[in-house]
Amino acid sequence: MLQAAAFYILAASAVISAFMVVAARNPVRAVLFLILTFFSAAGLFVLLGAEFLAMILVIVYVGAVAVLFLFVVMMLDIDFATLKAGSAGYLPLGGLIALAIAAQLALVGFAWVGADGAAVHLQAPMPEDTHNIAALGALIYDRYVLFFQLAGLILLVAMIGAIVLTLRHRDGVKRQNMHRQVNRSRGEAVEVIDVKRGEGIG
Amino acid sequence: MYDFVTQYGPLWGTLAAVGQILAFVIVLLLSLAFLLLMDRKVWAAVQMRKGPNTVGAFGLLQSFADFIKFVLKEIIVPAGADRPLFLLAPLLTFIFAFIAWAVIPVAPGWVISDINVGILYVFAISSLGVYGIIIGGWASNSKYPFLGSLRSAAQMVSYEVSIGFVLVTVLLMVGSMNLTAVVDAQAGGFWNWHLLSAGMLPWPAFLITIPMFVIFFISALAETNRPPFDLPEAESELVAGYQVEYSSTPYLLFMIGEYLNIVLMCALMTVLFFGGWHPPFDIAPFTWIPPVVWFAIKVVFFFFMFAMVKALVPRYRYDQLMRLGWKIFLPTSLAAVAVMGGFVVYSNAG
Repeated sequence: MLQAAAFYILAASAVISAFMVVAARNPVRAVLFLILTFFSAAGLFVLLGAEFLAMILVIVYVGAVAVLFLFVVMMLDIDFATLKAGSAGYLPLGGLIALAIAAQLALVGFAWVGADGAAVHLQAPMPEDTHNIAALGALIYDRYVLFFQLAGLILLVAMIGAIVLTLRHRDGVKRQNMHRQVNRSRGEAVEVIDVKRGEGIG
Repeated sequence: MYDFVTQYGPLWGTLAAVGQILAFVIVLLLSLAFLLLMDRKVWAAVQMRKGPNTVGAFGLLQSFADFIKFVLKEIIVPAGADRPLFLLAPLLTFIFAFIAWAVIPVAPGWVISDINVGILYVFAISSLGVYGIIIGGWASNSKYPFLGSLRSAAQMVSYEVSIGFVLVTVLLMVGSMNLTAVVDAQAGGFWNWHLLSAGMLPWPAFLITIPMFVIFFISALAETNRPPFDLPEAESELVAGYQVEYSSTPYLLFMIGEYLNIVLMCALMTVLFFGGWHPPFDIAPFTWIPPVVWFAIKVVFFFFMFAMVKALVPRYRYDQLMRLGWKIFLPTSLAAVAVMGGFVVYSNAG
């Protein structure tokens, strides 16, 4: 009973906030609704017993990705009114794409047939002594280690690409060299001059 | 928590759980009132001042006087501010600061929710703390708060990375993400604390754990916007950063949330590196003191260290802060994770 109530509350907040992401007039509020959507999804993961996935979702998406997203949207100061000005013209195309995706989802939902005996495994209880973190680790680092490494490599390449695209060497930029700064002696930094009265330093 | 429901039925179980949470929150708030006073007293003592000394004996009731003053003032929302978000921001800071405490074990069995992913939960909640600041800065619709919140977002995201790696080294040592298990792994005397040993691992582990603790301490300063990393507030350049437009109760919520996060970091250091509620020696005079008191003593000690750092260290420049986070702490902690991982595999195999 309690779990069902929690599910309906979280699911409703996920759907409503996902809709508000599109409907919100203010871009910053749209991002905030996106964050609420992530958060509700994390709550649904907890209800499924996948607490590790839920925490990772919160840490990675809510705690890091969305912060940077919010950061960019705040700095850009986008005016949604001008962006949305010509959007009515795209309505037929957009509607068509939405319809295609909805049809695909429906096909998957109704026509999907599980492998023989898969349903039994779906209902099988977790062994008492394994946490789902250990189970997930055994899968990722053992059976699917190649895919895991490949995914990591793809991310690395994307990261290097982004850095190379934006890296610009400029001349004449003053940089602080901590090592040199700490290691310089009094002799090379300070010079004591005995200034005669009335003459100054020429 | 859920045990209550199975034990007393849905109604009384829920009430018992709520009562437990309320009691914990009240204890936290009361201790925070005196910790705030301690912060100011330490600061004053370093500068050879007396500090608050008028309200109550030795100024003991100063925090309560401040509280009443904050609450009785008028809440001012600037014109052009995003009103709902402006008021939501301090609430977010306040709430996130409290809910992280749900998994902190203060004594054997004294924990509100003993979940298996305790470390990750604390990390997740502390990474959410940035939203209160960033939303508050944006919703104020003013330049200084906005600059302060942008700075703080970059700063907190940077230092979270190294905090995360330090947490990973600890959970590699213990082999569990449950904070109660982390504390239990450190029983039996101070030489078993994670600062000096890595549980069952061979002795040179402290070569990793002591630097990890130092990194965690400094990152905790940066994560909670304490001096010398208080750039989001930087009184001299940003007036008070994201808090400029806040007054009365919303400001109070910001302040309580901020200090509660500091105490949370102190509690985390106690739990992760200093044996939680375990006494330094497992013999008679030390074991007479109840575990929760040991926990409190350690937390107060770390809070004292935080206060001393605030009083002694000048503020970092922004580029130095970023350099420290990304070029020194991140590689060091990443290397420590790799070494500690190898260490665990080696000692389990041999």
